Amino acid sequence: MKWIALALFAAVALLLPFVAGDFYVNLASQIFIAAIFALSLNLLVGFGGMTSLGHASYLGVAAYLSALMTTRYGFGHGAAALISILGTVAMAAFFGLIALRATGLGFLMITLALSQVLWGLAYRMSGITNGDNGIAGLTRPAPFGISLESPAAFYWFSLLAAIIAFVMMTIFVSSAFGSSLKGVRDQPRRMAALGFNPWMIRWITFVYAGFWGGIAGLLYVYYNKYIHPTSLSTTSSAEALLGVIAGGSGTLAGPAVGATLVLLLKNYASAYVERWNMLLGLVFLFIVLVMPTGIVPGLQKLASRLWRRPS
Amino acid sequence: MSTLALEVTALNKAFGGLKVTQGVSLSVRPGERRLIIGPNGAGKTTLFNQISGDLRPNSGRIRLFGEDVTALSPYQRAHRGLSRTYQIITLFGGDTLEHNVTLGLLGLLPSRWQMWRPLSTYRHLVTEARRTLDSVGLLHLAHHSVSELAYGEKRRLELAMALAQKPRVLLLDEPLAGLSNSERATVKALVASISKDTTVVMIEHDMDTALDLAETVTLLNYGRVIVDGERDQVIADERTREVYLGG
Repeated sequence: MKWIALALFAAVALLLPFVAGDFYVNLASQIFIAAIFALSLNLLVGFGGMTSLGHASYLGVAAYLSALMTTRYGFGHGAAALISILGTVAMAAFFGLIALRATGLGFLMITLALSQVLWGLAYRMSGITNGDNGIAGLTRPAPFGISLESPAAFYWFSLLAAIIAFVMMTIFVSSAFGSSLKGVRDQPRRMAALGFNPWMIRWITFVYAGFWGGIAGLLYVYYNKYIHPTSLSTTSSAEALLGVIAGGSGTLAGPAVGATLVLLLKNYASAYVERWNMLLGLVFLFIVLVMPTGIVPGLQKLASRLWRRPS
Repeated sequence: MSTLALEVTALNKAFGGLKVTQGVSLSVRPGERRLIIGPNGAGKTTLFNQISGDLRPNSGRIRLFGEDVTALSPYQRAHRGLSRTYQIITLFGGDTLEHNVTLGLLGLLPSRWQMWRPLSTYRHLVTEARRTLDSVGLLHLAHHSVSELAYGEKRRLELAMALAQKPRVLLLDEPLAGLSNSERATVKALVASISKDTTVVMIEHDMDTALDLAETVTLLNYGRVIVDGERDQVIADERTREVYLGG
């Protein structure tokens, strides 16, 4: 089942730029970016039991930093990317100190509040961020002299990034540290009694999730060549959270599937149905009713049931 | 006089107006088997929670082998050789027994921060975990998930996780609670077989079984130490009969 899905993905991913039009190739690039973003949020929500409603902070800040560094301060793309990621990680480290004073609903509210502060700043500090106009006229980097301007070139670039991100995060949650992270999610008191430091485990995960959120932000701003305060909004955080939950939080592939679904609905269905949000709501309702643990675990359960029937 | 394994001095804890621990002092020698008894609500588990660090006392001191640990977090106390089991079973239900015990072993090692190698590839830890599972008679279930276990087996796994860490001081919170007679005998034999390198402090309601395991007994009531001393002396004491044994 897992291998079939992987083979199918590999076949589609490798063939797509050769058979599909630019619209679909671009859509796929956006899906990869959204998948990285959802995977990073899943580290918190699914594996750490820390439901965050402010994950757009890391995407948005990395995107804004990159945009500002390349336009306003005249940095090259390499240096700008480095500064953006370091800045985002430092911010995650600081936000973690504040947000991890609480767990559960308190944690969720603090992450929401912090991201709202950033969103407000992006709007209000128009001297720096251009406010509601956003920052336009950005360029894409050209790593090793390879231009990423064409949809196909950017497609390969974001596919590579998504694969690396998926592998890195899979290694992270499968490691000894990942085991203790899941332990802290399920039984924090027991884990402390066994000698683990629950706070430190959560904080490190928080920072790591911020790092990958920042990577998603960089790709986001490269793709769009434009950045606007809405990328920092609660809607942006909530869409990612919706993707994680719909796909299956705490699974490896679930968030990527969920993010794909949200993005397809947003881009594709909105062409036919004006109120795509309503459609998203209905789809979400369907998932919650039929597969309460998410699409990926739901399909796995369905497949194992079909597998057993013939015998 | 050698250093005490566990020394509690003038411990006080109140939840609002309810005083659950009132001036409790305990001295437990290395290798001692101490039983803590008392009626429901006497403050036994609250006392344990303060010793393990899950709760902070309002006043008083807790020392482990002479070191003041009153201000330390639970995980820091674990690294100083303190281990405990819980009254309400808190195991990792979806994981295998082997994984549970291996995770317990990992807690005291620097490798717990390691972010690329899966836990199952630590062969020496897995071997050690399987050895501990064998010692509590659960090796044949090592690859089953905890949720498939019977209640009595969960109790034994709980004990295995604590024992795997080779604690210097082990706190057992009602290890016999809810067990059938035959399971009781099994767990009793297990507790009796714990090495003398480990000091054992145990809360237990089942007096018949627990008294056999104990050398010394502390009777708590309304958060106070009523009687404290050698087992036979405490059993014979007038106040013990009054409070606990029902006259």
